Amino acid sequence: MLSYIVRRVVATIPVVLMVALFVFSLLYIAPGDPAAIIAGDQATPADVDRIRASLGLDRPFLVRFFDWFWHVLQGDLGTSIFTNLPVTHMIAQRIEPTVSLMTLTLILSLGCAIPMGVVAAWKHGTWIDRAVMMTAVLGFSTPVFVIGYVLAYIFALRLDWLPVQGFTSISQGLWPFLRNLILPSVALGLVYMALIARITRATMLDVLAQDYVRTAKAKGVGQRGVLFVHALKNAAVPIVTIVGIGFAALIGGAVVTESVFAIPGLGRLTVDAILRRDYPVIQGVVLLFSFVYVLVNLGVDLLYTVFDPRIRY
Amino acid sequence: MDRRGFLKTAAVAATSALAAPRLSLAAESRTLRFIPQANLANLDPIWTTQYVVRNGALLIWDMLYGVDDKLQPQPQMCEGHEASPDFKTWTFKLRPGLKFHDGEPVLAKDVTASILRWMARDATMGGPIKRQMDALEAVDDRSFRFRLNKPYPKMLFALGKSSTPSLFIMPERIAATDPFKQISEYVGSGPMRFNKGEWVPGAKAIFDKFEGYTPRGEKANWLSGGKRINFDRIEWQIVPDVGTASAALQNGEVDWWETPSSDLVPLLKKNPNVAVDIADPLGNIGSFRINHLHPPFNDVRARKAIQIALSQEDYMGAVVGDDESLWKTIPGFFTPDTPLYTEVGGEPLKGKRDYELAKKLLAEAGYKGEPVVLLVATDVGITKSQGDVTADLLKRIGVNVDYQALDWGTVGQRRAKKDPPAQGGWNIFHTWHAGADCVNPAPYIALDASGDTAWFGWPKSDLVQEKIGAWYAAPDLAAEKTVIAELNKAAMDHVVYVPTGFFKQYQAWRKNISGVVKAPFPVFWDVTKA
Repeated sequence: MLSYIVRRVVATIPVVLMVALFVFSLLYIAPGDPAAIIAGDQATPADVDRIRASLGLDRPFLVRFFDWFWHVLQGDLGTSIFTNLPVTHMIAQRIEPTVSLMTLTLILSLGCAIPMGVVAAWKHGTWIDRAVMMTAVLGFSTPVFVIGYVLAYIFALRLDWLPVQGFTSISQGLWPFLRNLILPSVALGLVYMALIARITRATMLDVLAQDYVRTAKAKGVGQRGVLFVHALKNAAVPIVTIVGIGFAALIGGAVVTESVFAIPGLGRLTVDAILRRDYPVIQGVVLLFSFVYVLVNLGVDLLYTVFDPRIRY
Repeated sequence: MDRRGFLKTAAVAATSALAAPRLSLAAESRTLRFIPQANLANLDPIWTTQYVVRNGALLIWDMLYGVDDKLQPQPQMCEGHEASPDFKTWTFKLRPGLKFHDGEPVLAKDVTASILRWMARDATMGGPIKRQMDALEAVDDRSFRFRLNKPYPKMLFALGKSSTPSLFIMPERIAATDPFKQISEYVGSGPMRFNKGEWVPGAKAIFDKFEGYTPRGEKANWLSGGKRINFDRIEWQIVPDVGTASAALQNGEVDWWETPSSDLVPLLKKNPNVAVDIADPLGNIGSFRINHLHPPFNDVRARKAIQIALSQEDYMGAVVGDDESLWKTIPGFFTPDTPLYTEVGGEPLKGKRDYELAKKLLAEAGYKGEPVVLLVATDVGITKSQGDVTADLLKRIGVNVDYQALDWGTVGQRRAKKDPPAQGGWNIFHTWHAGADCVNPAPYIALDASGDTAWFGWPKSDLVQEKIGAWYAAPDLAAEKTVIAELNKAAMDHVVYVPTGFFKQYQAWRKNISGVVKAPFPVFWDVTKA
C-alpha cells in the first residue's frame, strides 16, 4: 500500500508539469496586457513598453517559462505583478477562507445528501422519494449565485439572522466564523448535495435489490442495520467516486460563491488575477488547484480499499 | 464549585458579556467601513494611474498643494511660495512640523526626489515642466526651488493636480525607486498610515490613524485645508458584486459605498437607513474614440458623419438609465458647470440627428462597406452600454460593424495597436473621462492632437495643439476662456473624439454617517459616525 501511495504521489509530478506548461502557454497566447492596465489611460506607449520590460514580459516564451518553472521547483511561485507580494504569501492569505468554505460545504452536503439518498431509496416510489428527488433537481438546476442571492435576501436582509458577506477567521471564535460561512456553504452545497443524493439513491436501489440484503433481512437484521451497515457500505464506492469528481465542481462553485458573498478566498483571487492578467498568481493558483485535485483523486482511490476489502493495491 | 462560587462566576460572566458590546460599539464608531470603486491591488500612485490607487494614496501621502471645490490649488504641505514675475523661478517653503509615518521629518530633499519620480510618469504636466527645467534644488531643509527656462504660470495647479498621477510626497529613499517599478514601502506623511500587515489585496485594506499628523488650521475643502480624521481605523472592503455590496450597506455591514450601481439606487433610496446622493459633481464625459490613422475615419468627413448622427440622449439613457437628473447632453469637450465650459463649435452635436447626411459624408470619404472594428469591453457596464448603442448607430448609417466583445484588459492592449483594423488594429472603442480631468487642457490627455504621441486614436491637428499651448500661456481667466472657446471649436471641427454625454454617479452611505461631501474622490476628513 505504501509503495502504491508513493508511486501515485510521484505520478502527480508529470501531471502537474503538464498542467503548468498548458496554463503558461494558454496565458501566453491569451490577449491582454498587464502593463497597459498598470500604466492606465494617461500613459504613453513608451511608458507601457518600459513597464512591460520592467516586468520581464518582453522576454521570449521559453525563457519566461523555464525561469518561472525553475523557481517553482524551488518552491517559489513568483511575485504578483500588481501587488508586488509573493504569490505564496497571497495564496497563504486566502487558503483559510476557501478551505473553511469547502469543509463546511462538504460536511453539510454529505451530512444531508447521504441520508436523503438512503431514505429516498428505502421509500422508493413514495412521496418522500419524489420530494427528495424534486429537491435534488431544484438544487442541481439552480445556479449558485441565484441561490446565494435568495439566501442573502431572506436570512440577512429580511430576517437579519446572518451577515450578507465577509469572512471571520476561526481564531475569532466559532460562532463568528460559522455566521459568515453558513449562507455560502448552503448555497454552494445545494448543487453538491443534489448530485450526491441522486447517486446515493440510485446506488442504494441497486444494492437493496441484492441477495445479501435479502439474506440480512431474513436473518432478522433491523431496518437501520440493513440500510446503513449492509447496504450503504456496499454502495459507498460509487458515492466516494462522485464525491471526488464533485470536488472539481466545488472548486468552480467556490469561485462564484466567494464573489457573491465577498469571501476573500482562492476563488476570488483567481478571478481577480485573470481579469488583471496577473500571470504569476494565475499560474500559482491553477498549479495549486491541480495538485489538490490529483491528491483528492488519490484519497478517493485509497478510500475504495476501506469500503471494499476486495480492492488491493 | 459551590453554589456561591457558581453565582459569583455567573455574575462576572454576565457583566462581561454586557460590557463587551459597549466596548465594541465604541470601537465601531471609531471604525469606518468603506467599499471603494474597485479593487485596491497596489498602492503606488506613481507606478499606476488607477483612480482607486490615487484615492487610497490620498490617505497615506500628503500633497504640496490641494485643489478645493473651486478647482483652485491651495497650500497643503507648503506654507507658501514665491514666483518670479516671469514665472520662471518658483520657490516653495514647507510648513513646519511635517512628519513621515516612520517619525522622520519631511525635508526638501524628500520633496525634490518625489517631484522627479512624478515628472517621469506624468505626461500632462510633470513631463512638460521637466523639459523646460534647468534645476530643481533643495534650498534648505524646508525650501525648494524650480528654475525653468520658460515661463510656467500653471505651476501650482501642476503640483496640486488631482488627476492621476498626482504629486504625492514620499521619503527620499522610497521616491528614489525607478518610476517604472513598484514601491514596496508605504510610508507617507498623510493623516492615515497603511496597515500592511492586515492587507489582503482584493479583499481589504486597512488604514490606521497617524497620531503625528498635524492638520492645517483651515476648514477642509476637498484636498485642501485641515484633513481631520475622526476615525482610528478606516477599512476598505472590496466587494466585487454590486448586489452583495447593496445588501451589505442595507444590512449595516458597511458604512459607505463609493459607486453604487445606478439600477440599485432606487432600492437604496427606499431604505430609511441609507442616504444616496451624487458622488462627484464634476461627473464624467462619455467618449466615442475614433482611430484617425485608418480608413474610413482618417478622413474628417467620416468622423463628422458620426458627429452629426450620434445622439447623446441614446448613449446616456443606456449608460445611466431613466434618471434624468444624472445626465445631460454636452455639445463641447469641457466639464459642464466649470469656469471654462463652452459650447462654441458644438453645433454638430445639437438638434435632430441626420442619418442621410451621415451616409452621404461617409460615401464622400470613400467608405464602401469595409468592416469597421468596434472594440467593446463587455465586462465594464459603461463601455458595454456605449458599444451597444454605437453598433446600432453604425448600422443605421450603413456601416458594416465588426463588433468585437472583449474584456477591458484586452481592449487596453488592442487599443494601443496602430496596425490596420484588418490586422489586429481597431476603428472605434469606448471609454469615459472623469470630469475632473476635463476642466482644462492640462490633465486632458484625450484632447491632445499631437499625432503619434497623442492618446489612442492618434488625432493630429496643429490648430488644436496651438490652442492648447495658448491656454498654458493665458495670463488670466478671461484670456483662458477665450482660448478654450477656440480650442473647443477646433477640436470639434477636427472631431478629435466624439463626447457621448455628461453623466454623474451616485454614492450611498448609512445615515449614522455625516460629513460625506460631493467630490471627484472620496473625502474622509471631517466624516463622523454616530
